[in-house]
Amino acid sequence: MGLKRNVGLSSALGYKGQGPYLTYILHRIGGAGMAIFLAMHLTASFLESRDFGVGSQVGDVLNDVYYNPAFQLFIFFCILFHAINGLRITILDLWPKLMAYYREIIWIEWAVFFTVYGFAAFVIIAAELGG
Amino acid sequence: MDSAKPRTLSLSQRGMSFETFMWLFTRLSALAIYALVIVGLVGALIMGARNQMNFAEVMRWAFNPNIYHVQGTSVADLIPWGGLFWKLTAIALLFVTAAHGVHGVIVILDDYIVKPVYRLGVRFVNIAIFIVMLLMGIYLIWKG
Repeated sequence: MGLKRNVGLSSALGYKGQGPYLTYILHRIGGAGMAIFLAMHLTASFLESRDFGVGSQVGDVLNDVYYNPAFQLFIFFCILFHAINGLRITILDLWPKLMAYYREIIWIEWAVFFTVYGFAAFVIIAAELGG
Repeated sequence: MDSAKPRTLSLSQRGMSFETFMWLFTRLSALAIYALVIVGLVGALIMGARNQMNFAEVMRWAFNPNIYHVQGTSVADLIPWGGLFWKLTAIALLFVTAAHGVHGVIVILDDYIVKPVYRLGVRFVNIAIFIVMLLMGIYLIWKG
Protein backbone atom coordinates (compact mmCIF):
# COMPACT_ATOMS: atom_id res chain seq x y z
CA MET A 1 0.00 0.00 0.00
CA GLY A 2 2.36 2.66 -1.18
CA LEU A 3 1.57 6.27 -1.83
CA LYS A 4 0.98 6.09 -5.54
CA ARG A 5 -0.51 9.34 -6.68
CA ASN A 6 -1.02 9.56 -10.40
CA VAL A 7 -2.41 13.05 -10.04
CA GLY A 8 -0.30 16.17 -10.25
CA LEU A 9 -0.82 19.08 -7.90
CA SER A 10 -2.43 21.32 -10.52
CA SER A 11 -4.99 18.72 -11.55
CA ALA A 12 -5.58 17.87 -7.88
CA LEU A 13 -6.37 21.54 -7.21
CA GLY A 14 -8.72 21.53 -10.18
CA TYR A 15 -10.64 18.53 -8.85
CA LYS A 16 -14.31 19.33 -9.30
CA GLY A 17 -15.50 17.90 -6.04
CA GLN A 18 -18.86 19.27 -5.06
CA GLY A 19 -20.25 20.61 -1.79
CA PRO A 20 -19.30 17.65 0.39
CA TYR A 21 -15.69 17.67 -0.86
CA LEU A 22 -15.43 21.41 -0.22
CA THR A 23 -16.53 20.99 3.40
CA TYR A 24 -14.10 18.10 3.81
CA ILE A 25 -11.08 20.06 2.59
CA LEU A 26 -12.07 23.24 4.46
CA HIS A 27 -12.50 21.17 7.62
CA ARG A 28 -8.90 19.97 7.23
CA ILE A 29 -7.54 23.43 6.52
CA GLY A 30 -9.45 24.85 9.47
CA GLY A 31 -8.31 22.12 11.84
CA ALA A 32 -4.68 22.36 10.77
CA GLY A 33 -4.79 26.16 10.97
CA MET A 34 -6.09 26.04 14.53
CA ALA A 35 -3.57 23.38 15.59
CA ILE A 36 -0.66 25.45 14.26
CA PHE A 37 -1.98 28.70 15.75
CA LEU A 38 -2.66 27.18 19.19
CA ALA A 39 0.78 25.52 19.32
CA MET A 40 2.41 28.85 18.43
CA HIS A 41 0.28 30.81 20.90
CA LEU A 42 0.96 28.38 23.78
CA THR A 43 4.70 28.33 23.06
CA ALA A 44 4.85 32.12 22.86
CA SER A 45 2.97 32.52 26.16
CA PHE A 46 5.24 29.95 27.80
CA LEU A 47 8.39 31.74 26.61
CA GLU A 48 7.02 34.93 28.22
CA SER A 49 5.98 33.27 31.48
CA ARG A 50 7.32 34.21 34.91
CA ASP A 51 9.31 31.03 35.65
CA PHE A 52 10.35 29.93 32.18
CA GLY A 53 10.50 33.23 30.33
CA VAL A 54 13.59 33.74 28.22
CA GLY A 55 13.03 37.44 27.63
CA SER A 56 12.82 36.90 23.92
CA GLN A 57 10.67 38.81 21.47
CA VAL A 58 9.01 35.67 20.12
CA GLY A 59 5.84 36.28 22.10
CA ASP A 60 5.56 39.90 20.93
CA VAL A 61 5.98 38.87 17.29
CA LEU A 62 3.25 36.24 17.62
CA ASN A 63 0.96 38.72 19.38
CA ASP A 64 1.42 41.15 16.49
CA VAL A 65 0.31 38.35 14.16
CA TYR A 66 -2.68 37.69 16.38
CA TYR A 67 -3.83 41.33 16.38
CA ASN A 68 -3.57 41.63 12.60
CA PRO A 69 -7.13 41.83 11.20
CA ALA A 70 -6.28 39.64 8.19
CA PHE A 71 -5.10 36.91 10.54
CA GLN A 72 -8.22 37.37 12.67
CA LEU A 73 -10.42 36.92 9.61
CA PHE A 74 -8.48 33.76 8.73
CA ILE A 75 -8.50 32.18 12.19
CA PHE A 76 -12.18 33.01 12.75
CA PHE A 77 -12.93 31.33 9.44
CA CYS A 78 -10.97 28.26 10.64
CA ILE A 79 -12.67 28.15 14.04
CA LEU A 80 -16.25 28.87 12.97
CA PHE A 81 -16.18 26.65 9.89
CA HIS A 82 -14.56 23.78 11.79
CA ALA A 83 -17.04 24.17 14.65
CA ILE A 84 -20.16 24.38 12.48
CA ASN A 85 -19.06 21.68 10.03
CA GLY A 86 -17.98 19.49 12.96
CA LEU A 87 -21.43 19.88 14.49
CA ARG A 88 -22.97 18.74 11.20
CA ILE A 89 -20.65 15.71 11.03
CA THR A 90 -21.40 14.81 14.64
CA ILE A 91 -25.15 15.09 14.15
CA LEU A 92 -25.07 13.02 10.94
CA ASP A 93 -22.82 10.34 12.48
CA LEU A 94 -24.79 9.99 15.67
CA TRP A 95 -28.18 10.03 13.87
CA PRO A 96 -27.38 8.12 10.63
CA LYS A 97 -30.96 8.38 9.39
CA LEU A 98 -30.28 12.03 8.58
CA MET A 99 -27.51 10.94 6.20
CA ALA A 100 -30.06 10.69 3.39
CA TYR A 101 -30.40 14.47 3.45
CA TYR A 102 -26.69 15.34 3.73
CA ARG A 103 -26.63 17.66 0.71
CA GLU A 104 -29.55 19.70 2.02
CA ILE A 105 -27.94 19.75 5.46
CA ILE A 106 -24.73 21.15 3.92
CA TRP A 107 -26.76 24.02 2.44
CA ILE A 108 -28.24 24.71 5.89
CA GLU A 109 -24.71 24.59 7.26
CA TRP A 110 -23.55 27.28 4.80
CA ALA A 111 -26.50 29.48 5.74
CA VAL A 112 -25.58 29.17 9.42
CA PHE A 113 -21.89 29.66 8.71
CA PHE A 114 -22.30 32.82 6.64
CA THR A 115 -24.61 34.33 9.23
CA VAL A 116 -22.21 33.71 12.11
CA TYR A 117 -19.02 34.41 10.17
CA GLY A 118 -20.53 37.51 8.60
CA PHE A 119 -21.19 38.90 12.06
CA ALA A 120 -17.65 38.07 13.24
CA ALA A 121 -16.11 39.56 10.07
CA PHE A 122 -18.22 42.69 10.47
CA VAL A 123 -17.02 43.15 14.05
CA ILE A 124 -13.36 42.56 13.09
CA ILE A 125 -13.49 45.00 10.16
CA ALA A 126 -15.49 47.60 12.11
CA ALA A 127 -12.94 47.43 14.95
CA GLU A 128 -10.13 47.92 12.43
CA LEU A 129 -11.86 50.95 10.95
CA GLY A 130 -12.17 52.40 14.44
CA GLY A 131 -15.89 51.70 14.80
CA MET B 1 -39.83 -3.60 6.14
CA ASP B 2 -37.61 -6.50 5.11
CA SER B 3 -35.96 -4.40 2.44
CA ALA B 4 -34.77 -1.89 5.05
CA LYS B 5 -32.74 -4.41 7.01
CA PRO B 6 -29.72 -2.64 8.54
CA ARG B 7 -26.46 -3.76 6.99
CA THR B 8 -24.33 -2.75 9.95
CA LEU B 9 -23.10 -5.22 12.54
CA SER B 10 -23.87 -4.73 16.18
CA LEU B 11 -21.10 -3.39 18.37
CA SER B 12 -20.42 -6.79 19.98
CA GLN B 13 -19.97 -8.40 16.55
CA ARG B 14 -17.76 -5.58 15.32
CA GLY B 15 -15.62 -5.18 18.40
CA MET B 16 -14.19 -1.92 19.61
CA SER B 17 -10.84 -1.27 17.96
CA PHE B 18 -8.64 1.69 18.84
CA GLU B 19 -9.65 3.32 15.55
CA THR B 20 -13.35 2.98 16.40
CA PHE B 21 -12.73 4.33 19.86
CA MET B 22 -10.92 7.40 18.49
CA TRP B 23 -13.66 7.91 15.88
CA LEU B 24 -16.20 8.06 18.71
CA PHE B 25 -13.86 10.15 20.85
CA THR B 26 -13.58 12.76 18.09
CA ARG B 27 -17.38 13.19 18.00
CA LEU B 28 -17.86 13.16 21.76
CA SER B 29 -14.93 15.49 22.44
CA ALA B 30 -16.41 17.91 19.88
CA LEU B 31 -19.64 17.94 21.88
CA ALA B 32 -17.65 18.45 25.08
CA ILE B 33 -15.83 21.43 23.49
CA TYR B 34 -19.15 23.05 22.53
CA ALA B 35 -20.39 22.55 26.10
CA LEU B 36 -17.23 24.01 27.69
CA VAL B 37 -17.22 27.01 25.34
CA ILE B 38 -20.87 27.72 26.20
CA VAL B 39 -20.05 27.44 29.92
CA GLY B 40 -17.30 30.03 29.39
CA LEU B 41 -19.61 32.36 27.45
CA VAL B 42 -22.41 32.19 30.01
CA GLY B 43 -19.95 32.61 32.87
CA ALA B 44 -18.42 35.68 31.23
CA LEU B 45 -21.85 37.26 30.76
CA ILE B 46 -22.73 36.57 34.40
CA MET B 47 -19.42 38.08 35.59
CA GLY B 48 -20.04 41.36 33.80
CA ALA B 49 -18.84 40.90 30.22
CA ARG B 50 -21.98 42.58 28.87
CA ASN B 51 -20.72 46.03 29.85
CA GLN B 52 -16.99 45.48 30.25
CA MET B 53 -15.85 43.41 27.26
CA ASN B 54 -16.23 43.57 23.50
CA PHE B 55 -17.11 40.70 21.15
CA ALA B 56 -13.52 39.66 20.39
CA GLU B 57 -12.56 39.69 24.08
CA VAL B 58 -15.53 37.52 25.04
CA MET B 59 -14.68 35.06 22.24
CA ARG B 60 -11.06 34.91 23.37
CA TRP B 61 -12.22 34.15 26.92
CA ALA B 62 -14.65 31.48 25.68
CA PHE B 63 -11.97 29.70 23.63
CA ASN B 64 -9.98 29.27 26.82
CA PRO B 65 -11.30 30.75 30.07
CA ASN B 66 -8.02 31.74 31.74
CA ILE B 67 -7.45 35.04 33.50
CA TYR B 68 -4.80 36.27 31.00
CA HIS B 69 -7.52 36.48 28.39
CA VAL B 70 -9.29 39.21 30.41
CA GLN B 71 -6.24 41.28 31.31
CA GLY B 72 -6.22 44.42 29.21
CA THR B 73 -10.00 44.55 28.97
CA SER B 74 -12.08 47.01 30.97
CA VAL B 75 -13.17 44.35 33.45
CA ALA B 76 -13.05 46.05 36.85
CA ASP B 77 -12.60 43.07 39.20
CA LEU B 78 -10.34 40.29 37.88
CA ILE B 79 -10.57 38.04 40.96
CA PRO B 80 -13.66 35.95 40.02
CA TRP B 81 -12.15 35.30 36.57
CA GLY B 82 -9.15 33.50 38.09
CA GLY B 83 -11.00 31.20 40.49
CA LEU B 84 -10.58 27.46 40.85
CA PHE B 85 -13.67 26.72 38.75
CA TRP B 86 -12.26 28.60 35.77
CA LYS B 87 -8.79 27.07 36.17
CA LEU B 88 -10.28 23.58 36.09
CA THR B 89 -12.58 24.48 33.18
CA ALA B 90 -9.64 25.92 31.21
CA ILE B 91 -7.51 22.82 31.86
CA ALA B 92 -10.39 20.52 30.88
CA LEU B 93 -10.94 22.51 27.68
CA LEU B 94 -7.20 22.46 26.90
CA PHE B 95 -6.99 18.71 27.48
CA VAL B 96 -10.02 17.83 25.34
CA THR B 97 -9.04 20.27 22.58
CA ALA B 98 -5.42 19.11 22.46
CA ALA B 99 -6.41 15.43 22.35
CA HIS B 100 -8.99 16.10 19.61
CA GLY B 101 -6.52 18.24 17.67
CA VAL B 102 -3.51 15.94 17.93
CA HIS B 103 -5.60 12.99 16.81
CA GLY B 104 -6.89 15.09 13.92
CA VAL B 105 -3.37 16.03 12.85
CA ILE B 106 -2.36 12.35 12.91
CA VAL B 107 -5.40 11.47 10.76
CA ILE B 108 -4.47 14.16 8.22
CA LEU B 109 -0.79 13.14 8.11
CA ASP B 110 -1.71 9.46 7.74
CA ASP B 111 -3.39 10.38 4.46
CA TYR B 112 -0.14 11.72 3.04
CA ILE B 113 2.45 9.59 4.83
CA VAL B 114 1.90 5.88 4.22
CA LYS B 115 5.20 4.21 5.06
CA PRO B 116 4.64 2.42 8.40
CA VAL B 117 7.96 3.61 9.85
CA TYR B 118 7.16 7.24 9.05
CA ARG B 119 3.64 6.86 10.41
CA LEU B 120 5.05 5.55 13.66
CA GLY B 121 7.45 8.50 13.77
CA VAL B 122 4.58 10.92 13.15
CA ARG B 123 2.70 9.37 16.07
CA PHE B 124 5.66 9.68 18.43
CA VAL B 125 6.29 13.30 17.45
CA ASN B 126 2.62 14.21 17.81
CA ILE B 127 2.21 12.49 21.16
CA ALA B 128 5.36 14.24 22.39
CA ILE B 129 3.94 17.60 21.23
CA PHE B 130 0.64 16.74 22.96
CA ILE B 131 2.38 16.07 26.28
CA VAL B 132 4.60 19.17 26.05
CA MET B 133 1.64 21.41 25.13
CA LEU B 134 -0.41 19.97 27.97
CA LEU B 135 2.35 20.56 30.53
CA MET B 136 3.02 24.11 29.30
CA GLY B 137 -0.71 24.87 29.22
CA ILE B 138 -1.41 23.52 32.70
CA TYR B 139 1.50 25.53 34.08
CA LEU B 140 0.29 28.72 32.34
CA ILE B 141 -3.32 28.25 33.47
CA TRP B 142 -2.40 27.32 37.02
CA LYS B 143 0.20 29.96 37.87
CA GLY B 144 1.79 31.52 34.76
